[in-house]
Amino acid sequence: MITVDAVTKAYGDTPVLGPVSEVLADRGITSVIGPNGAGKSTLLTIAGRLAEPDSGTVHVHVDDAAGAVGLDVHRARSADVAKLVAVLRQENHFTARLTVRELVSFGRFPHSRGRLTPTDVAAVDEALGFLDLTALQGRHLDELSGGQRQRAYVAMVLAQGTRHVLLDEPLNNLDIRHAVRMMRLLRRVADELGRAVALVVHDVNFAAAWSDRIVAVRDGRVVAQGTPEEVVREDVLREVFDTPVRVHVLDGVPTAVYFR
Amino acid sequence: MLALVALSLAVGGYDITLETFLHDEKAREMFFISRVPRTLALVLAAAAMGVSGVVMQVLVQNKFVEPTTTGSSQWAALGIVGLAVVHPGAPTIVRMVVASLLALVGTLVFLGVLRRVSLRSSVVVPLVGIMLGSVVGAVTTYLASDNDLLQMLASWRSGGFNDIVRGRYEPLWIVGLVVVAVYVTADRFTIAGLGRDVATNLGLHHGRVVFTGTAMVALATGVTTVVVGFVPFLGLVVPNVVSLLRGDDVRRNLPWVVLASVALMVVCDLVGRTVVFPLEVPASVVLGAVGATAFVVLVLRRKGSLRG
Repeated sequence: MITVDAVTKAYGDTPVLGPVSEVLADRGITSVIGPNGAGKSTLLTIAGRLAEPDSGTVHVHVDDAAGAVGLDVHRARSADVAKLVAVLRQENHFTARLTVRELVSFGRFPHSRGRLTPTDVAAVDEALGFLDLTALQGRHLDELSGGQRQRAYVAMVLAQGTRHVLLDEPLNNLDIRHAVRMMRLLRRVADELGRAVALVVHDVNFAAAWSDRIVAVRDGRVVAQGTPEEVVREDVLREVFDTPVRVHVLDGVPTAVYFR
Repeated sequence: MLALVALSLAVGGYDITLETFLHDEKAREMFFISRVPRTLALVLAAAAMGVSGVVMQVLVQNKFVEPTTTGSSQWAALGIVGLAVVHPGAPTIVRMVVASLLALVGTLVFLGVLRRVSLRSSVVVPLVGIMLGSVVGAVTTYLASDNDLLQMLASWRSGGFNDIVRGRYEPLWIVGLVVVAVYVTADRFTIAGLGRDVATNLGLHHGRVVFTGTAMVALATGVTTVVVGFVPFLGLVVPNVVSLLRGDDVRRNLPWVVLASVALMVVCDLVGRTVVFPLEVPASVVLGAVGATAFVVLVLRRKGSLRG
């Protein structure tokens, strides 16, 4: 699990996060929701050491067949953390002319340092197959659609073989079809591969439909957390988003209606 | 490429054929004193500039940068002229260290300026470098004209291989080592080219990789500038063509970049040596003409995409 302890972050004089203390479980899907500028992405990127907190600590503890490992995410060797936590930011991917397979192979860098062993090749094949990219593996990234490229990057962090996978807005720029497909894939990643997936989602209903746990953030603080039934409620969402919201249970899933 | 190298060995102001080489003591001597060093210098300098171009392009995430469009070469020249003013008789090794250090400073200045420029479109980046290079070049020219070194400067700027003989080219083996080092660490550069976040996720210290790459490029540039002079556009043309054909995986591309750079360099040198035979047009002038044309073509081709 990932333990975020009293983390704060400010950009200049503007505090954007914290103090936040939060535990990300070591299995299942956790979705982070909240309005724009609430600090969702900051929380996730600090947990994944892409940003440094001003104060507080983040620890990752993984206990599996290979033994128990505990690391301070920001102080331990980055190469060691990279075997336990993978993090992917969605914005601004410079499209290098790499093939899908080359990109996914770099996910094995923390293990192989660039010289792939048969284990690494197997992990790459598995990730490609899992994200339905086997047929596209020889294509260059700049020849893919946005959705395909997104999947290629997700395949890279999956190939990394970490217990924790942190994704910042993986549904960004995806249409309904591709967004549903991505969530179904992430669900399988959690259920079949036993990985813990944490993601920032804008759409409350995607979070409600696919998550085990939802963390609601507002003004840099966690204001609610729990199962979808506990968080996707009219009173909670109204407070989080500062907007009137109706919640209906559709097909057994609490569904927010906020369009008018 | 081997054929080109052989051709380069065979062409020259002193008539050497296979027969005279085998039977004539003086011809053989000439061959080893002039022809071999010249050809080796071509090979090494070309490999250095091609590889420097690849590394810079990956690290800056821009297809138009290479040592002469980032100002690195101009800084190296400033170092050489500055040293010639302060300490005229400095040995080659000192000149190379000074040139490499200034190339490093210059590249870091370029990267620093780039970080502060908000408009990072693919064409603006090399413009920033060319502007910085021009400023530094102007200072160098002033220094040189003030100290009667203009002629020395001119001969560098047109980087020729005509005065490369045994005893002058040997420092270039250093850049051969740099090329090997880049090959060994190539994956790190490719990953750094995917951006700071991806690099951090994979357990690399992005800043450290950028600095290492920059230092390697500076060393290659500094040494090449001291021994040969400016070798413009080679690091631009070859890596771009290879990238178009084979993608951006540095390790997989490196052998092709080296081969193609050497081939292009040798061809330019041969053209320079034969068009006005028995006189010479410096290889860099030929290269500049070819390279500038290719640069324009590349800019036009990539105009559509904002981030080359």
